[in-house]
Amino acid sequence: GDTSVLAGVYGPAETKLSKELPDRAALEVLLRPKVGLPGVLERSREQQLRRTCEAVVLGALHPRSAVTLVLQVLSDAGSLLSCCLNAACLGLLDAGLPLSGLFCGVTCALGPDGSVLLDPTARQEQEARAVLSFAIGSGDRRLLMATTKGSCSVEEMQQCLAVAQRAADTVFQFYRDCLRRRYSK
Amino acid sequence: LSICFRTVEPLEYYRRFLKENCRPDGRELGEFRATTVNIGKFCCSITTADGSALVKLGNTTVICGVKAELAAPAADSANKGYIVPNVELPSLCSERFRSGPPGEEAQAASQFIADVIENSQMIVKEDLCIANGKLAWVLYCDIICLDYDGNLLDASVFALLAALKNVQLPSVTINEETGLSEVNLKQKSPLVIRKHPVATSFAIFDDTLLIVDPTAEEEDLGTGTVTIVTDEEGRLCSVHKPGGTPLTGAKLQDCITRAITRHKEVKKLIDKVIKSITPK
Repeated sequence: GDTSVLAGVYGPAETKLSKELPDRAALEVLLRPKVGLPGVLERSREQQLRRTCEAVVLGALHPRSAVTLVLQVLSDAGSLLSCCLNAACLGLLDAGLPLSGLFCGVTCALGPDGSVLLDPTARQEQEARAVLSFAIGSGDRRLLMATTKGSCSVEEMQQCLAVAQRAADTVFQFYRDCLRRRYSK
Repeated sequence: LSICFRTVEPLEYYRRFLKENCRPDGRELGEFRATTVNIGKFCCSITTADGSALVKLGNTTVICGVKAELAAPAADSANKGYIVPNVELPSLCSERFRSGPPGEEAQAASQFIADVIENSQMIVKEDLCIANGKLAWVLYCDIICLDYDGNLLDASVFALLAALKNVQLPSVTINEETGLSEVNLKQKSPLVIRKHPVATSFAIFDDTLLIVDPTAEEEDLGTGTVTIVTDEEGRLCSVHKPGGTPLTGAKLQDCITRAITRHKEVKKLIDKVIKSITPK
């Protein structure tokens, strides 16, 4: 919809001695909000994105180097975390980094009547009882990352997870179309 | 000889234990470390705080102090107070943390605690309001780790819950003529805590094995972590899985079931401790 995030990937590049890891690439994620300085919320999102990316990037092929992922929020109209996840994955793909798999971000909102809404707008997120964000891996559609806001029952969560896994197919198809367009020129 | 092996090949050392379904410190895969909690001014912690608790989960020690102050509520939510959690990981708790501005782990933990309070509706902000638009309570919850041996989030949530149960707020009235607030320290009432969230953390090993309550070493060797926060009705307040190896839905369901069992154990422990310190 109207949520847009710009992702820039730099690397593998040289890194400071204090940050380098001897056996794999050090991944760093910087998330800049649209207005204001990055706060605690951004830090926690950065940690989640970093650990998700670390699970897919084959860091062992580039030891003692750094990969930096910078995300700038251009506009936020709901489902921001999924947008960041998708931007991050496409950025990593475009940079040509070796990846063991892809991931996509899907957000579900549980409406007050118990209905499951995919990819909610900011308004729908506010009215919802709970908002769940998942990062689903390609291949076997397993869960890479999960964050919840608001409380829900276990059955509802499993339901949202199943819906998100089905929706992941649509997002991966979108990835394929984008890349096809990019490389067919 | 085993110590040399442990330093040189820690992962292999661990794998040997995991194959036998147990861990080097003798625990089963689904067993928690010994949990102890100290609440209140006399047997524990901070005498100047309005509520305090000290929680030990094995070697991990976390102390939480709650201070209540008065402030004017925000313009857009005139009937809501504030709860401000802050998690600190000082350099004395582990060599991995440097002194200076809070690192990523501390900030992420603070955000997690804020989310848990918000999601579980443990304390409803409307309860903290004294006079609409004029005066409300601000609860500063400072959670400080004294010894880091893994599983920070579980211990922090537990310490926060215990400290909040211990908080006694003095009654405040607003003097009609002067418009100033008068605090009556003699008359104290406990906080209204609606829900009791309990966190359970797991470490993922080698894409398949899930172990409960990881120590610092296990967290480093593991390939991912999952934290599930449940409340007493069995509802999920938070599923926190910051990246790491992918999990199937069925594995996640196992975690949730274990978390619900853990909730009952922790609730019993807290109730026992609270009963033992309340004056008869």
